[in-house]
Amino acid sequence: MSGRRLSQGGLIDRSRLLRFRFDGRDFTGHPGDTLASALLASGVRVMGRSFKYHRPRGLWGAWFDDPNAVFNVRLRGDELPNCPATTTALVDGMQARAVNAWPNAENDLKGGLDLFHRWLGAGFYYKTFMWPDWHLFEPSIRKMAGLGAVDGKAIDGYVADQLHDDCDLLVAGGGAAGLAAARAAAEAGYSVVLADDHPTLGGSLYQGDEPIEGEEPQAWVAAQVAAIRAAGGRILTSTTVFGLYDHGLAALAEDRGFARAPRLWRLRARRTLVATGAMDRPITFADNDRPGVMSLQGAAEFLGRYGVLAGQRIAVLSNNSHSAPIVARLRAAGAEVIEADPAEGAPRALGGKRLSGVQIGARKIDCDTLLVSGGLTPTVHLWRHAGGKLDWSAEKAAFVPGAGPDHMLAAGAANGTFDLDPALAEARAAALGTPHATGASGYRVRPLWPQPGSKGRQWIDFQHDVTLKDVELAARENYVSVEHLKRYTTLGMAADQGKTANMAGLAAMAAIQGRPIPEVGTTTFRPPFVPVPMELYHGTRRGQAVNPLKRLELEPQHRAAGAAMGEYGGWLRPAWYGPEDQSAITAEVQAARQAAGVFDGSPLGKIEVMGPDAAAFVNFIYYNTIATLEPGHIRYGFMLRENGLIFDDGVIARLAEDRFLISCSSSHVAGVEAMLESWRQDGNDPDRIFVHDTTQHWATITVTGPQARAIVAALDTGADPATLAHMTLTEGRFGDSPLRIARVSFTGDASFELSVPASRAADLWQAVLAAGTPLGARPIGLEAMSVLRAEKGFIMVGKDTDGETMPHDLGFDVPRRKKKAAFVGDRALQTEAANAADRRQLVGLRVADSGTVLPTGAHIVTGDGPQRSIGFVTSSYFSPTLDRPIALALLESGQQRIGDRVQLRHLGQSLSATVTAPCALDPEGERLNA
Amino acid sequence: MQLFPCPFCGPRNEREFHYVAEPGKTRPDTTGDITAEDWAAYLYDTKNEKGPVREVWMHLTCRELFVMERDSVTMDVLGSKTLRRTLPAEGAA
Repeated sequence: MSGRRLSQGGLIDRSRLLRFRFDGRDFTGHPGDTLASALLASGVRVMGRSFKYHRPRGLWGAWFDDPNAVFNVRLRGDELPNCPATTTALVDGMQARAVNAWPNAENDLKGGLDLFHRWLGAGFYYKTFMWPDWHLFEPSIRKMAGLGAVDGKAIDGYVADQLHDDCDLLVAGGGAAGLAAARAAAEAGYSVVLADDHPTLGGSLYQGDEPIEGEEPQAWVAAQVAAIRAAGGRILTSTTVFGLYDHGLAALAEDRGFARAPRLWRLRARRTLVATGAMDRPITFADNDRPGVMSLQGAAEFLGRYGVLAGQRIAVLSNNSHSAPIVARLRAAGAEVIEADPAEGAPRALGGKRLSGVQIGARKIDCDTLLVSGGLTPTVHLWRHAGGKLDWSAEKAAFVPGAGPDHMLAAGAANGTFDLDPALAEARAAALGTPHATGASGYRVRPLWPQPGSKGRQWIDFQHDVTLKDVELAARENYVSVEHLKRYTTLGMAADQGKTANMAGLAAMAAIQGRPIPEVGTTTFRPPFVPVPMELYHGTRRGQAVNPLKRLELEPQHRAAGAAMGEYGGWLRPAWYGPEDQSAITAEVQAARQAAGVFDGSPLGKIEVMGPDAAAFVNFIYYNTIATLEPGHIRYGFMLRENGLIFDDGVIARLAEDRFLISCSSSHVAGVEAMLESWRQDGNDPDRIFVHDTTQHWATITVTGPQARAIVAALDTGADPATLAHMTLTEGRFGDSPLRIARVSFTGDASFELSVPASRAADLWQAVLAAGTPLGARPIGLEAMSVLRAEKGFIMVGKDTDGETMPHDLGFDVPRRKKKAAFVGDRALQTEAANAADRRQLVGLRVADSGTVLPTGAHIVTGDGPQRSIGFVTSSYFSPTLDRPIALALLESGQQRIGDRVQLRHLGQSLSATVTAPCALDPEGERLNA
Repeated sequence: MQLFPCPFCGPRNEREFHYVAEPGKTRPDTTGDITAEDWAAYLYDTKNEKGPVREVWMHLTCRELFVMERDSVTMDVLGSKTLRRTLPAEGAA
C-alpha cells in the first residue's frame, strides 16, 4: 500500500472535510492540506507525467522543491494552469488534473513514448528534424511536450496590489533561525519584517520530534510570534520573498488565495537575512524517478505538517546524519523502515507505476516507498540574487554563502548550519550584528554524486526529463560549461528552475571531466525564486494606465464636435471630425484649402529660453543661424544630435533680445527640454541661461486657409493680422488675457497660431468658430493636417526622417556650408558618410492620376539585376486638393533622380511611380500671401 | 531597483534619472579643424570601466545634472555632487 492519513498529528483541521476531484475521481482532504498532501493521504501515487517521455511520476518533495505534481486547477469557473500540487492549498470544490497527460496521469496515452527514449536524447530535435525544415515538425513536437494548457479565459478581478514599504531588517524564512533572528532584532528596536511562504510558521521544525529550547515546536513558534508582534515586528505568512535586487530592494509575493492575484510587496530593507533553510538532494540511480521514490525530508514534512505517512514499508537510502531523527519519527508513526547504505552497491528502483522494491548491489529490499536523502543543499538563491558569493564546503558537501554585500546576512540551514541550537545562536547574532563564530557541525555527510558510465536511466532533472546520459552526451559534444550544459540539455530550465536538479547536474559534469565541483561552479540564480504571475509586475498599470495619455484642454469641445480621438505622440487628439474617416478628412482638407481650417495645436512645444547668454545658446543648439533673428521674428530650423542626425524640427521665435520661444514637435517636448538642460548645465554658465517649458500653460489654436486673415481680424485682439508678415509674431489681447499671434504655416496657406493661457482655450475656440463658421471654416483633425502638410512636402520628424537623416538630405544645406559659429552636430556633417553621393534624400513620388495611393513603407527597388532597396515611401495620401495621390519618400541620390521612373515593391506587389520634388502644391508659395 | 542620490532632492528611485555623459570629456572646438579620428573619439569612445566610475546623470524631475560616483561591479553608490561651480547663496533672490 502507499500513503495514508494518520489519526493524529500535523497542522490540519480533521474536524472539517474538503471535497475535490483529481483526474476525474473524487477525493477528500482537510483545511491545512495541500492538493499533494490530500492525494498522498488518499493513497494516490501517480500524480503526473514527465515532460518529454510521459513517464509516470509521483511526489518527490512536499513544498517548492517538488518537480513532478503539476496540475491544471479549476475552482468555480476559474482555471489556473501549472499549479504545483505541493504548494497549492486545498479548497473545497477544486477540480484538478495532471498536466501533459491524457486521459489522466495514471493512464496516459502518450506513455508509450518512453519506449523511444533512445532516439529522444538531449537536443534530438536539432539533429533529427533537419529536413526539409524544422518548422514543419515544431508544432507537433511542441504539442507532444509541455506543461499545462491555458483555457484562454481571463479571471475577473485578477489584479495584483502593489505595496511599497521599508524596514531595517527583512528576514526571509520563518523557520527556527528566521523566527529567532526576527525576535532578537525586533526586541532590540529594529523595524522587522518576517516573511515565510508557508501559511504556518516553523519551517522544518515539524519534521522531527525533538523539542526546541525545551518546548514543543508549535508552542515555541507561538511564543516567538507573540514576542515579535509585541515588539512591533511584522509577520507575513504565505508570502514568498521571490527576488532580491540592487540596493536592498526585495520583492515579495503574498498569496491571497486561489485564483486571486498575489499582492506584490516592494520592500526596501536596510539589511536582509536569508534564513531560507535547506533542501534534500536526490540520489542519482537507475529509475530514480519511479512513483514512490521520495525525498526523505519531503516525507518528514508530509508527516509533520499534514499527518500523512508516505508509505507503509519504507526503504531509506541516505548518506547523511540528518536522516536518523526522521527515521525514528516514521517508525513511531507506524511505518516499517529498512535503512540501506547507498555505498552497498549501485541502487535500482524496481517496479513500474507502483514501486515494488529497490535493488542495491546484490541486496533486494521489498518496499512500497523509497525515501532518499543525498545530503542537504542550502537554499542560497536569494543570497545569489543580491550578489553574494558561494563557498564550497567539502565537509558539508554543499555550496554555502561566502562573501556578500554588507547588508546581506545568512543564518541557519541556508548558511550551512544544519544543527538547531547553533543555528539559533547564529541567527540571533546576525540579527543584532554581534560577532559570532559557529562551532563545529554535528552534520555528517558522505559525498555521493552521480556516477558517469553507470547503468540504467538515471534522472537528473525530473521536470524536464534530463538524465545522466544527456549530461554525458553534452560533455561529449563539448557543452562542458554549466551554462552551456543547461541550455543544451534544458537542465534546470523547467518551471522549478532545477531546485533538485542543478547540484546533481553540475556534480555529474564535474565527475565526467574529473574536475572538482567548485571549479565547475553553478549557473546564475535569478529571480523569481518560484513562478509568479505576470500580473504581479504590472499591477494596476494595465490598458491605458500603462502609459497615461496627455489630454487636451479642449477635449470636451472636440468630442462635442464629433471628433474621433486618437493617440498622437502621447497626446489624445482629434484625428478627424465625423463618423467616417475618409469623407471627413477630405471635407476638412477642402475646407482648409477653400475657406479655413481650425486646428488645435496646443500640444506643440513651447519651451522658453531666456537670459543674457540665451542668444548664443540657441545659436549653438540649432543647425540654423539664430543669432541674426530679429525680435518679433520666427525661423524654421533643425536641432541635431552630435552625430549630425536630425533630432527635431520646428520654429523658433525671438520674443525679445534675451528671450526665445522654441516650438518643438508635440511628441518631443520632454526630449528637447532634457537636451537643452544638458547643454545648458554641462558646458555653459547655467546662471546666465534659463529653460522653461510652458507647453501645457498655453493653448494654441491654428487658423489656416484663405479666410484665416479675415477670421483673426474679426476677433478683438488689438493686433492687425493684415500687417503681420509671414514668419513674424506679435502680442495682442484676448479679453483680459494675453494673446500671442504667430504667423507660420504648416499647410502652405496663410496661417495664424493664436495662443492664450490654457484656461481661456474654450473661449478662444468658441470665438474663432463663431467668426469662422459663416466664412466656411471648420475644425480639422490631425489626419487632414497630415495631408495638408504632405501636399506641400513638409516633413514630420520620425515619419519622413529616420535614424540616418541629416538636414541636407531634406534640402537644407546652407548652414552646413556657411554657418561660422559652432553648433551641435556640426563636425559630423562633414564626414565621409555625410558627404556620400548616395545618401537617401527626400523626394516626392507621383503615380498616374487614376492610380492608387502608394502604401507607406513600400520599397523603391533597383530595376535591373538582383533587386535592392534604394529607398521607401514615408508618407502617402490621396490629395483632395490635387485630386490625385501624393507621396513622400527617402530615396538614394533622390535629387538626381527627379523625373526618373522608379519601381516599387510592397508585400509581393509591384508598383511604379515618377520621382518629383517633395512639394506637390503651389511650389512658388503664392497661396501663402494670397 | 537602485536608489540614486540627487544632490538637490536626496535619494530617489533610479527611474527618475537619465545617464547623460562621461565627465571630463571636452567638446572639441569645431570652429577649427578636427580630424575624423578626434571627432569619432569624442562621439563614441567611452571608458566603460569596471569598478568605481564617475558619470554625469540628470535627475529628470528637478532637471539638475550632477556627477555620481558608483561602483559598476557592486552597484554601490559612492557619492554624488552637483556640477555647479557655485551654488546660489541660501535665501538669495
